[in-house]
Amino acid sequence: MNPVFQGLLTILIGVGGIFAYFVLSNMLLDKVLFPAKGPNASRNINRANLIRPWLFLAPTIIALSLYLVYPVIGSFIRSLYNRSGDQFIGFGNYSSLIASPDFRTAFMNNVLWALFVPAVSTFLGLVIAQLTDKLSWGNIAKSIIFMPMAISFVGASLIWKFVYAIDPNLGIINAIRASMGLNPLDVLQLAFWNNFFLMAILIWVQTGFAMVILSAALRGIPEETIEAAVIDGANPFQIFMKIQVPQVTGTIVVVWTTTTILVLKVFDIVYAMTGGNFNTQILPSYMMQFMFRDDGRATAVAIVIMLIVTPVMIQNIIQARKEMR
Amino acid sequence: MDNIVGKKTGLAVAANLTVAILVVLWLIPTIGLLVSSFRDRDAISATGWWRAPFSTEQTFRGRGDTETVTQDGALFILTGNVFDDPEVAPSFPDGPATISAFGTRGNNPGEYTAGTTADLGDGEALLINADGTYRYALPEDPGSRGPRYYIQAKTPPKFTLSNYETVITAGGMGQAFINTLTVTIPATIIPILMAAFAAYALAWMDFAGRSWIIAAIIGLLVVPLQLALVPMLQLHNQVGIGQSFLGIWLAHSAFGQPLAVYLLRNYMIGLPRDIIESARVDGGTDFQIFMKIVLPLSFPALAAFAIFQFLWTWNDLLVAKVFLPSGEATKVMTVKIADDLLGSRGGDWGILASAAFVSIAVPLLVFFSLQRYLVRGLLAGSVK
Repeated sequence: MNPVFQGLLTILIGVGGIFAYFVLSNMLLDKVLFPAKGPNASRNINRANLIRPWLFLAPTIIALSLYLVYPVIGSFIRSLYNRSGDQFIGFGNYSSLIASPDFRTAFMNNVLWALFVPAVSTFLGLVIAQLTDKLSWGNIAKSIIFMPMAISFVGASLIWKFVYAIDPNLGIINAIRASMGLNPLDVLQLAFWNNFFLMAILIWVQTGFAMVILSAALRGIPEETIEAAVIDGANPFQIFMKIQVPQVTGTIVVVWTTTTILVLKVFDIVYAMTGGNFNTQILPSYMMQFMFRDDGRATAVAIVIMLIVTPVMIQNIIQARKEMR
Repeated sequence: MDNIVGKKTGLAVAANLTVAILVVLWLIPTIGLLVSSFRDRDAISATGWWRAPFSTEQTFRGRGDTETVTQDGALFILTGNVFDDPEVAPSFPDGPATISAFGTRGNNPGEYTAGTTADLGDGEALLINADGTYRYALPEDPGSRGPRYYIQAKTPPKFTLSNYETVITAGGMGQAFINTLTVTIPATIIPILMAAFAAYALAWMDFAGRSWIIAAIIGLLVVPLQLALVPMLQLHNQVGIGQSFLGIWLAHSAFGQPLAVYLLRNYMIGLPRDIIESARVDGGTDFQIFMKIVLPLSFPALAAFAIFQFLWTWNDLLVAKVFLPSGEATKVMTVKIADDLLGSRGGDWGILASAAFVSIAVPLLVFFSLQRYLVRGLLAGSVK
């Protein structure tokens, strides 16, 4: 069957099916199981209202448990088995990971990414948010900085492949080097520093995100606090550092952690730019090396990523429960 | 803060300048790609894209025309105009240009300045003028194959759509575009509907365990997708879905749920309580309230999530690589670019650039036309 046609059919079946599910299950509840009439009318209404939330939640809960909860357990169990999955080897995959220099490189690079990318993109986002706030063309500038958010990581990688190209007639970096009389340089093969050239791509993508959120937070600061500082004779730099930034610390933390989590998931950039060569591997791309080849190792890497994310997850849950009370 | 007299102008200039520099830095990579996608292979290898709007010096080659041969003593003389040469002429559709230099060897095509006579030894001599007329003196009869010469001339800037033609037809990007669309649309619409019902229940229905489910969904927001790949592919294979469009639709719909429920619930809980309470008093069922009141009022949040999910599924590489078969018929654009084009056509920059632009055109369009909703959605998700 033609996939386009199949897609249209899926939209119809999917949307229609979900609607039909909600309509029919509500009808079943109200008309057949607990009809709101007869001697037990009020008891029936109460019972129906006890069950109804679960009807509304069922598709989401099923999807979440199947695709996000079960995999945590499934991946962990799979990571205890060997390559073909027929032999239990305990933590064998983990110990061979730790022993492998490639894994250690990927881990250390990932630490570097997790420190550098959120720091730089949050900092740039904050500065740009503050600077564009008072410009007449600030919104246009923001739009442009925000634009890479719409571009896929693969697309962004390709865009930057042009910037980093060795040919001075193609890559702007080497064109500048050539105009200064320096030899062309492949920045992606530059030991250690190549990691930073890859991070630059993610920073280019993520700064807009930080900027948009921090810009809204900065605008939410009560005017009086700034006016009071002006009257006391604070200069604009002092106002920014001592009045504005402290009041958006909470938002800075949110942006920072969101970007950190992202860094642990993005495999596209390394995959498309270097394929993990020249010591640029990070955990998500390292995992993809084993995908389809050695599921035991692949899931072990995934569990390592999960372990790194867990503290943030717990923190988020605690925070959310605090706010709900 | 704006009324600190005197300091304002200096600071404003600095702010303008800094932002201008950053904006240029942010734009340059994308502009480079866009310009390159409209240049043919020769132009790309000859000059940087930043010179594309200007005339460029390029090298062409031709052969002396043997039909014009005349004998002058011991020498055979070829005359003519290089712009009449069948190898050169197609590059100059607008008529002759100005030649700056010429040569007889491919490794040094600009050895001699135009208008000077190059003495090539043994009586052999070549003169090419700036207007293209030449005189080639040879000590021997050239026969039917004229001697090679190289010229350098300025060519006007030239832009072409041929990269796009190649990439869409022969390159398979056309098919990949349709595949991406096929993955994206159901994977955007279906999760919204699922999440809207769930978000309503979590926002406006009272039941035991509600706060636990909300906490669980917030926790699931950060679970790395990587965990799901191996076990879910296995499960898909066991139940017979395998690697297919159906599989990727299901996967995307499920992966989108935490963010969708979170965003929509945050929005729905902010709707005025009076409206919903009075609808309840009037005897409206939850289903009616949801369909007739909450859903229409939540349009901004629905739009925000729809944009997120659309951009995410359109731009996704990971899920597509794992849950779709790797054959040509089901390749989406990101996989096509990352696996095919970057690998086998690594050197063909024009093709790469146009392929990238085909894949980012739709998201950019969505982004610029619906930016308002996207920003609103981001804010609802992060700032509270």
